[in-house]
Amino acid sequence: MGAAESFVSREVGLLRFITAGSVDDGKSTLIGRLLFDSKGIFEDQLTAIERASTRRGRAEADLSLLTDGLQAEREQGITIDVAYRYFSTPRRKFIIADSPGHEQYTRNMVTAASTAQVAVILLDARNGILTQTRRHTYIASLLGVRHVVFAVNKMDLVDYAQAAFLALREELAAFASKAGIAHAWYVPLSALHGDNVVEPGSRMPWHEGPTLLQLLEHIDAQHDLAVLPFRFPVQGVLRPTGADIDRRWLDFRGYAGRIESGTVAVGDRVSVLPSGATTSIRAIHTLDGDLPDATAPQSVTLLLADPVDVSRGDLIVRTSETPALSAGLSATVCWLDETALDPRRKYLLKHGTRTVKVLVEQIEHRVDIHSLESTPADGTLAANDIGRIRLKLHKPLAFDAYRANRATGSFILIDETTNDTVAAGLIDHG
Amino acid sequence: MNQLAEPLTSSERTLSHLDVLEAEAIHILREVAFECANPALLFSGGKDSIVLLRLAEKAFRPCGFPFPLLHIDTGHNFPEVIAFRDRRAAELGERLIVRTLDESIARGRIRLRHPAEGRNPYQSITLLDAVEEFGFDACIGGARRDEEKARAKERIFSFRDEFGQWDPKNQRPELWDLYNTRVRPGEHMRVFPISNWTEFDIWQYIARERLEVPAIYFAHEREVIRRNGQLAPVSHLVRPREDEIVERVSVRFRTVGDMTCTCPVESTAWTYEEIVRETAVCRITERGATRMDDQTSEASMELRKKEGYF
Ligand SMILES: Nc1nc2c(ncn2[C@@H]2O[C@H](COP(=O)(O)OP(=O)(O)O)[C@@H](O)[C@H]2O)c(=O)[nH]1
Repeated sequence: MGAAESFVSREVGLLRFITAGSVDDGKSTLIGRLLFDSKGIFEDQLTAIERASTRRGRAEADLSLLTDGLQAEREQGITIDVAYRYFSTPRRKFIIADSPGHEQYTRNMVTAASTAQVAVILLDARNGILTQTRRHTYIASLLGVRHVVFAVNKMDLVDYAQAAFLALREELAAFASKAGIAHAWYVPLSALHGDNVVEPGSRMPWHEGPTLLQLLEHIDAQHDLAVLPFRFPVQGVLRPTGADIDRRWLDFRGYAGRIESGTVAVGDRVSVLPSGATTSIRAIHTLDGDLPDATAPQSVTLLLADPVDVSRGDLIVRTSETPALSAGLSATVCWLDETALDPRRKYLLKHGTRTVKVLVEQIEHRVDIHSLESTPADGTLAANDIGRIRLKLHKPLAFDAYRANRATGSFILIDETTNDTVAAGLIDHG
Repeated sequence: MNQLAEPLTSSERTLSHLDVLEAEAIHILREVAFECANPALLFSGGKDSIVLLRLAEKAFRPCGFPFPLLHIDTGHNFPEVIAFRDRRAAELGERLIVRTLDESIARGRIRLRHPAEGRNPYQSITLLDAVEEFGFDACIGGARRDEEKARAKERIFSFRDEFGQWDPKNQRPELWDLYNTRVRPGEHMRVFPISNWTEFDIWQYIARERLEVPAIYFAHEREVIRRNGQLAPVSHLVRPREDEIVERVSVRFRTVGDMTCTCPVESTAWTYEEIVRETAVCRITERGATRMDDQTSEASMELRKKEGYF
């Protein structure tokens, strides 16, 4: 076995990132380059884009065509939704959520950013910080993306000049800290020629930092989740039934769910919310045997020491770290649906594994996505609007503020009559 | 996990990418089970659905699966795979429902243009009939986003209207891990728990879990014909033309679909580890190497999906 065995068991981890940029900043070229240079492109895909490039009168393969999606979009020459790409290096597996830049932009980027650990924001070195850059950084920050990489592209068009990069970097740093970005990084690169994408290249010897890929391989985002308080939304109850069940499982009553944040160990005192009943962890069951402890984002089955009442929609937390509980919420929402918010309509709020009826009590303001200033909402929010609303819930909900915990601070709104997902919500406070 | 020599506290332990993908898939399977009224899991005996079965064990044991297994049998499947399918379902003690294209043909629901035609495109009809027959509101499938461009944008919970159709322009936004599972009578969901897995991940997982797969995934000698740069396996459905030469080659299958259009690749890999290694350095996509039907048009998968294909 030897070498092959180590290939199978090597720990590489997983990183999810998004890419954002204005049209023509070179996002498609950059993704194509990352896939190509890390050998995430297959020969037959390359043949297909070479064919398409020739049809469009280009000499070499246009790497940006790789990220093109559906037929309808190819006909229009634009992409219209979030697409996922995969590649891996010996160190890590990567998932790119690519959201294209145009009028549906806010909604697509919010969607893509919701699961991202890192945002790569592209700029054209010649243009510097644009309104778009501010918007992308704002959305990344709003959605709780803790690591932002500013990729200053097209350095070849400014003669690979260090001064140009440094000036931009300084401006970006001031702005990123104002936007509340926890960790900001800066890489000067040329997606077209490949400098500092995967390999450093020879044209920017003054850049001592890592290349974009090196950075993505080393950012540690998993522990961001593990250090938070323990949160376990119960998905359902596992109770073996039937005449022929193994006697071992006769009294088994397990709570199935995923550890959304934090860690848990056998013996921990826990509370079940919203009821508030307390007990302790008797066992952490998995198919591969019981575990002494477990960490986010593992899916496990918890067994409790006492016969407390637990069902789908409940939240199990450590008794010493309980979240807030309220039937009223103030939240920032991004409206996703073509039909605008109508406070007279009935919406359902899905939070973790709990779904409750809500009423929109008040629309406090809208955020102008260009100026990032608050503006009056005039009683509604339309598709791609971001605004602050006040909700009244049919039943109280256990939650955290989104900026403290993504999993227990987020919700979606569903229109009860159309069943459409109409909004993404980030809880500010109760 | 837990392979580390020194005990680390749980917050210091780094989960491998397989651990993270596994946790996500288990979470998705449980959301289907606890939110949908009448789901089914599509099980073909192929490697992706074999992985799904293991994930379902991880999600629900010691209970039985909260859904039956469903196979849409084209009648063009490799006999080894069908035998494996039946045995695996029996070992797990789970209910397997089989609906065949031959029944649909007999009832006049499907009209083939010629008898030896590839049957993949017709699976949608039998599948949608089965969905209607049993009133399934969710079908769990093993499709992956890395397989094909049209899949790269598909949701994990993918909505189908009352005609079983997928509308790529009108998909529900999917944020965080909050899935909107609501459907009206007649509509249903397709759910893809391993959306974020690649072929490489699948083989790494099969190797890690030591999952049994049909023998034709491993290298074996087989009679093949070279056609359009691919190796067509000789069978009662695929016969050499006058000018073609039959060769015996050491091959393995990367997918195990319809015998008339699924091609093996040359290989001598006959352990899990060798397959993992071959997949790691492989330069051709799974579909490009193994499916004759997807090559005809760049957009053929998208068209089929819109009509209700997996
Ligand atoms: N000179 C130069 N051109 C680039 C670079 N990156 C991208 N481009 C070009 O910029 C144009 C827009 O790139 P594309 O990747 O389609 O941008 P997108 O709209 O952000 O996806 C194309 O003509 C690219 O070839 C770069 O680093 N240097």
